[in-house]
Amino acid sequence: MTTRLFGEPVRRREDARLVAGNGRYLDDLGADALAVAFVRSPHAHARITGVDVDDAIDVEGLVAIYTWEDLPEGVREPLPLLIPHPALTHGRTAYCLAKDVVRHVGEPIVMVVAADRYVAEDVCERIRVSYEFLKPVVGLENAVEGPNLVHDDVPGNIGAHMVQEVAHRDGRATRDVIAAAPHTLEFRLDIERSACMPMEGKGVYARWDADDRSLRVYSSTQTSTSVRMAIAAKLGLPLPKVEVIAPDVGGGFGVKIVHPWPEEILVPWAARLLGREVKWTEDRREHFVSSAHERAQVQHVKVGFDDEGRVLGLDVEILHDHGAYTPYGIIVPIITSTQLLGPYKIGSYRVEFFSVYTNTVQVTPYRGAGRPQGVFCMERTMDKIAQYLGKDRTDVRAVNFIQPDEFPYDQQMIFQDGRPLIYDSGDYPESLRKLKDLIGWDDFPAMQAEAAAEGRRIGIGVGCYVEGTGVGPYEGGHVQVTSDGRVHVSTGLTSQGQGHETVFAQIAATELGVPIEKVSVVTGDTRRFGYAVGTFASRAAVMSGNAIALACRKVKEKALRIAADALEADPADLEITDGMVHVVGAPSASIPLATVAVLSNPLRYAFDEEAKRATQFATGGGMDRPPVAEGQEPGLEGKDYYSPVRSTFASGMHAAIVETDPDTAEIKILRYAVVHDCGKMINPMLVEGQIHGGVAQGVGGALYEKMVYDEYGQLLNASFMDFLMPYVTEIPRIETDHLETPSPLNPLGIKGAGEAGVIPVSAVVAGAVEDAEKIVIDRMPISPSDLYALRDSSRTSGAVSLLRNTQ
Amino acid sequence: MHDVTLIVNGVPRHARVPARRLLSDFLRHDLGLTGTHVGCEHGVCGACTVLLDGRPVRACLTFAVSVSGQEVTTVEGLARDGELSPVQRAFAECHGLQCGFCTPGFLTTVTAFLRENPAPADDEAIEAVAGNLCRCTGYQNIVKSVHRAAELMAEEGP
Repeated sequence: MTTRLFGEPVRRREDARLVAGNGRYLDDLGADALAVAFVRSPHAHARITGVDVDDAIDVEGLVAIYTWEDLPEGVREPLPLLIPHPALTHGRTAYCLAKDVVRHVGEPIVMVVAADRYVAEDVCERIRVSYEFLKPVVGLENAVEGPNLVHDDVPGNIGAHMVQEVAHRDGRATRDVIAAAPHTLEFRLDIERSACMPMEGKGVYARWDADDRSLRVYSSTQTSTSVRMAIAAKLGLPLPKVEVIAPDVGGGFGVKIVHPWPEEILVPWAARLLGREVKWTEDRREHFVSSAHERAQVQHVKVGFDDEGRVLGLDVEILHDHGAYTPYGIIVPIITSTQLLGPYKIGSYRVEFFSVYTNTVQVTPYRGAGRPQGVFCMERTMDKIAQYLGKDRTDVRAVNFIQPDEFPYDQQMIFQDGRPLIYDSGDYPESLRKLKDLIGWDDFPAMQAEAAAEGRRIGIGVGCYVEGTGVGPYEGGHVQVTSDGRVHVSTGLTSQGQGHETVFAQIAATELGVPIEKVSVVTGDTRRFGYAVGTFASRAAVMSGNAIALACRKVKEKALRIAADALEADPADLEITDGMVHVVGAPSASIPLATVAVLSNPLRYAFDEEAKRATQFATGGGMDRPPVAEGQEPGLEGKDYYSPVRSTFASGMHAAIVETDPDTAEIKILRYAVVHDCGKMINPMLVEGQIHGGVAQGVGGALYEKMVYDEYGQLLNASFMDFLMPYVTEIPRIETDHLETPSPLNPLGIKGAGEAGVIPVSAVVAGAVEDAEKIVIDRMPISPSDLYALRDSSRTSGAVSLLRNTQ
Repeated sequence: MHDVTLIVNGVPRHARVPARRLLSDFLRHDLGLTGTHVGCEHGVCGACTVLLDGRPVRACLTFAVSVSGQEVTTVEGLARDGELSPVQRAFAECHGLQCGFCTPGFLTTVTAFLRENPAPADDEAIEAVAGNLCRCTGYQNIVKSVHRAAELMAEEGP
């Protein structure tokens, strides 16, 4: 490879269009489309007794009003349960429009199509829905203990129950190991709800072509291929008659991987029915109450350990709030259960979860996808062990680390992809060493004492994680070199700001030896690539990146073979530099890749000068051979797929120094340090960007963001004014260092980087606040008023707030 | 219905719209200038920020009819003769955007800010963008972009 672009901080190819205001997001399309608005339930749990549209039908500009009764077969059935699992014994999904019962505030009941959104909302205001109220179920423990049910046929509101246990190597059960351990601790942890909150909400725009009997749908989705299949199935259309395109997408962070959303079925259905272009653009309040949230869990932990802090047994019981429906299955609590183990060798491990219904918005993966909860549990456990034994928190972690010579390391569990949880590579001791250097861990006690002398409270925290990335089953890539020398790359998965157009072009340019300016990349357009899974689980670079590399290698092999013929050389002696195929060490014996593309496609017709060179009287060659040799295809293109045997495991460690105000209990992050290992980096600038953004969302989750539901199931803070996402003033400067432990599992040696930044932040900040305040922090996020209340209660209870040697 | 005429990016633009038409919708849907984005619809996120007679305003909190006759600059109007402005180039150079949805609001805000304060200190640069939400970048590279834009403007002159 002579064109070194892989690994370089190449500037993004997306940006010229985006900074000029020439991005094309969902609502930027379909200027003449009809607009959709929904009447959504204002109640958390109610039976619908009537829908009265009398006052609405005279509104000028109204086109159609639909309720569940109006929906045809296919559209009127419950939405699919995307990821079934044997432990999900009581999975339930919603209808596109509510049938009989609504189970959370925001559930769609009536669909209105009108000339524009203003008119559609006027109509919605005039539609009267009558309800018979049912008792709402709010709060995890109320759900499990209370008498009220979210779904009549789901006893105890328990959708799923799952136990996984990895016994001690001597065969003893985890609970026996803990009972016999020299030291034990037992505690409870709480994590609040948060949500992805991309700056652009969801949206769907559909065009029915009556002449062609085909449907084109644009959706702000993380998986256009799967949305396409769902639409074709639900509307009873042949798959080739449906195309789905993810245009520029204004952030996803997980919520847009769920599909089909009701609107992704209803909008195309209405477009076909009405023979008109139809568009729905989600507004911010709709996004709060009718998309998805994540994070809420209650964890009960028991741990047994030895004098060195080695964990001998860990027993975790998790209550997981999945909201009113389970369209995405139980992926989140499965990931919590498995990724909880982090970089550690835990002697024996038992994890049990109950995934529980409440009358709140459904819970589906949000960046980190269950890992922040698992890491919070494990890292709080490590801190408590250190506190109890009077040891340095990093020493306790180090004594539990998997060592570099122990890879591949089998955690003996089943991961979220249904495959064994085997870590492929990593160097955790080196990561910790780098992190301690970066943050100045060993110098901190002196700094803390100095601050204390000035009446200031500062504390330091640390958190480690391992992240399974690049989950299967597969992604594909298609690469075509055209006779003008341009390279056209496509892959089926979608982009939401990660910079795929740039990194995939870097890979293709490097593999093919062409200038990056010649390469263009298309993602998420089923017209270009029909087979894909989607963008989630930090998988895009690993999956599509490798697939594109493999496709490029096929193209290169073909190009060298054709060029070898033309140059009368051995293909093994050829290489491609700057778009020229040439003999190694003899640049003059060369042929442009563009010409190879011409020669790869024998022509009868000369439509331009280049094409003339490939016509049948221009090419010589053996008269006893067919122009396209047996087993070959015309054209210089290639397609390949990458399907890994299992996930590849990235890792990282964060540390933070915080200051708490002795009077106001305000919490300020003074420094934030990240050491990150995602294998070989394709573009370090973009990896850093992913980390910055992830940490910022983590800081939001640690200090500010929560979904505040009242006892009636009303979301009290469903706006950006009340749901506190961090501005620039809340985010510290993030200091980063990298480690590159290549993955042995894929040709490029890469691991995913998308979610990493967010994962350990709550654990790190909790540890730092605890260190500053000497008060146990077991519940996140923590606001100044929470901390103030904790100070009060720890004073009045007179309890020694930390755990040291209480047993 | 009301006749609204605005000078948008130097060009007089007219449409007949209801009194309740927001400036953001007027720009996006009546004039087809979709570079201005709407993130929250109530003035908190800043994605819809445009320059009204040179000053940043929230287009989602402004009725089009109330600013008839005034000059509006949107993100589409920041480039000059097909060349991206220093602020636009700085954001691209410093990786100051990811999904790009909030970016137009940052670009307009920073453009107005640097006219008033062409050589900001770090806390001033932070303060300048403290009214805009971004969910992707963690802001670090946005602050870097503000400084870089100031440098580019100083190098290139007025």
